[in-house]
Amino acid sequence: MDEVIGRFRFMDAQRVNLDGFAVEDAALGLIAFDSPDDPEPSLVVAADGRVVELDGRAEADFDVIDAYLAAHGLDLDVAAEVMALDDVALARLVVDPGVPRAEIVRLVAGATPAKLARVFARLRPAELTIAMTKLRARRTPSNQAHVTNRSDDPLLLAADAATAAAFGFREVETTVPVFGDAPSNAVAVQIGAAVGAPGVLVQCSVEEATELRLGLRGLVSYAETVSLYGTEQIFTDGDDTPWSKAFLTSAYASRGVKMRVTSGGGAEALMGAAEGRSMFYLEARCVSLARAIGAQGVQNGGIDSAAVAGSVPKGVRSLMAENLMVMARNLEACTGNDALMSESDVRRTSRTMPIFLAGSDFICSGFGSIKREDNMFGPSQWNAEDIDDYLVMQRDWGVDGGLRTADPARVAALRRRAVDAVQAVYAHLGLADLDDDWAAQAVDAAGSRDVPAADPMAPLVASRIITESGLTMVDVVAALADCGFDDVAERLLAMLEARRHGDHLQTAAIFDEQMRVLSLVTDPNDYAGPGTGYEPTPARAAELDAVRQQRSVADLRAVQARAADPGGLRVRGPAAAGSDPREVVIGVSPATGRAIWTTLGGLTVVEALRELLAGLEEEGCTARVVRVNDTVDLGLIGLTAARLAGSGIGIGLQAKGTALIHRRDLAPLMNLELYSVAPSVDGPLYRLLGGNAARHAKGATPEPARNPYSDEAIEARYHTTVVGLVAIERSCCTTTAPQELEVSW
Amino acid sequence: MSALDAVRAGQVTMADVRITPATLRAQAEVARAHANPQLAENFERAAELADVPDEELLAIYEQLRPRRSTAAELAATAAGLQERGAVLTAALVREAAAVYARRGLLRDSS
Repeated sequence: MDEVIGRFRFMDAQRVNLDGFAVEDAALGLIAFDSPDDPEPSLVVAADGRVVELDGRAEADFDVIDAYLAAHGLDLDVAAEVMALDDVALARLVVDPGVPRAEIVRLVAGATPAKLARVFARLRPAELTIAMTKLRARRTPSNQAHVTNRSDDPLLLAADAATAAAFGFREVETTVPVFGDAPSNAVAVQIGAAVGAPGVLVQCSVEEATELRLGLRGLVSYAETVSLYGTEQIFTDGDDTPWSKAFLTSAYASRGVKMRVTSGGGAEALMGAAEGRSMFYLEARCVSLARAIGAQGVQNGGIDSAAVAGSVPKGVRSLMAENLMVMARNLEACTGNDALMSESDVRRTSRTMPIFLAGSDFICSGFGSIKREDNMFGPSQWNAEDIDDYLVMQRDWGVDGGLRTADPARVAALRRRAVDAVQAVYAHLGLADLDDDWAAQAVDAAGSRDVPAADPMAPLVASRIITESGLTMVDVVAALADCGFDDVAERLLAMLEARRHGDHLQTAAIFDEQMRVLSLVTDPNDYAGPGTGYEPTPARAAELDAVRQQRSVADLRAVQARAADPGGLRVRGPAAAGSDPREVVIGVSPATGRAIWTTLGGLTVVEALRELLAGLEEEGCTARVVRVNDTVDLGLIGLTAARLAGSGIGIGLQAKGTALIHRRDLAPLMNLELYSVAPSVDGPLYRLLGGNAARHAKGATPEPARNPYSDEAIEARYHTTVVGLVAIERSCCTTTAPQELEVSW
Repeated sequence: MSALDAVRAGQVTMADVRITPATLRAQAEVARAHANPQLAENFERAAELADVPDEELLAIYEQLRPRRSTAAELAATAAGLQERGAVLTAALVREAAAVYARRGLLRDSS
């Protein structure tokens, strides 16, 4: 039979099956760890201190990467010690919280790439998580945002950069769909980020030399798009050599500009030149080279090729292990979770989770703080669509993932100010006349679709003027000051002033909002097991916990009070027992029509009662409504009602909407029919319930009530509200005997 | 006069917010004390480059890219750096030239 059965047709249609999964193929480099062609670790040092063999290759055959590593990359004082260590023994030292980070850093400095790859491949996921907790350079975790949009709209960039800063991102990376727009994007994002918070580092990812020019003019405050590759072929195809990259690294430092390099497993396989090596071994070469050329940090973990690594067995594990090699080499780790590596929400969360839990210098090397469709790097692993998820994950785990909740009114004000500042500066500097309709749209926009007034030519013209006039960040600061944005000018000036001190050039440096540098030097990671290492301060913990969606019982009371309808339910007096065999009594809970006025299904309690009464009437029964004051238990409420009813049949209704049919001779926890999923009980269902109660009273056959199809996480949506509503019910409980109510609508 | 007033008065340029060679050398010592001698060497090269004009900096970077320079051109650049006291950077350029020759990364002089 060729036909695939329904179960698999259904499974095939799930989003994870949009992802590509590759059969492991070492020849193509489609292998995460331990390719048969990975070299055995080796290191031979001549009497004069020259490295003459590295990982099985003799000096005469060194490619550019080997040659640079041999000359600069290894601490030869410790090399013999570490190369002689058993792989598993070293792996255990890496994980053991009792072995200080400094000891791992000392040893790893002498390990060759092949040794590094072999040892770190031994770590299991939970071990990677502990090791990352211990080995990251900076104690305080942090995060980096992408801020881009489809039209390089400077007003929207400014508003979104301010928003990213408000959410707590300490680095913001922009890029361009149109190469010529880079200077305008850099200026707009710098201004926007400075409006959002002090001390936010900003970069604009473009071609190496162009990016350096932006840095020299102060238009960006750090750089990251300095790519390293693990094979000579791909490295030189990338139009660089280890020496040109080393020079570039020094060039940035010479101007007081922070920089890190970029690499990532799978890049070489993606470009068809992996030389049969595993992704992890090639990445070990990149990480070793990053240290060798004197870069303070590395962005890795797949990055653009994360999906390639993700397509092979253990690929996702290897992405995290890459980051850990960076940390062990004593470098800043900007840990990927950048380009979207899966169509599946489950899978992309799984990929990020252990790094999120461990904490890293930058959890994401590009959290898309804008909408997926506006991300000009391509959609990220995490995007504006997911910011609330991420904030809630921080709260769930009590983990600082670098973000914080942001008040909607405050973000609105920051966006307005960022847009005003860019509008004013662009006009003042003669870059562009950005009109007020455009500005208003940018303030409100969720994305570039919401800004039809944007002129796509404006950033190009502005960029040309910035480039031709030699405009620098000093000019931008002056323009901000001239336009009355002194506070924003001060913040950007402080970023320029910081260049003179250079403390932020040290490993893993960020500025906090008081412009203090947090780095390996000033804020070293001191994790050594439980009770040590980073812990959010009480103030920070409050930022993590106070998501804007959280609600208290007082909030719930206020919501219910707004729906109050005091005329809808009036007390007539004490309820007596009835004698009419066609009479059914509806018992309602203590808070019904006193403190709770709407059900979880969205009906008012009066509407729910009206439907019940109509159902009873349609079947020829009479009804009374009685409030049971002394219990919140629905079974008891229903039973109390049944005992007051002439027919012996009662309906119990809690104010939140849960309902049942009871009979006077049943045990309290028994019932005839239970409508337990209050949020899905609607008008017709209450009417059916009323009709069925009447049928029970008459001895007729009730109609079966079916639950509606639903895949909602009913409990997630409503349980917190239920806890609050039950608390309100309990607070309304008294010893007062049942009271008959008059219902009017 | 506050720093911002000085900017407003047009008395500040990017040159005024340049890091100095001495500061970079001090940062090199900090990096060395924090177990990263390679970062220290980077800062020491940066100290040598701190006073090199932007355009020259960009030009040297361009020269070091694959197949941009002949052996003689790199030798000249190294000599120029050496002459102005940029001995570490000069050594880096000479080292590059030697490896480029062996790996076919020099520009054909023909």
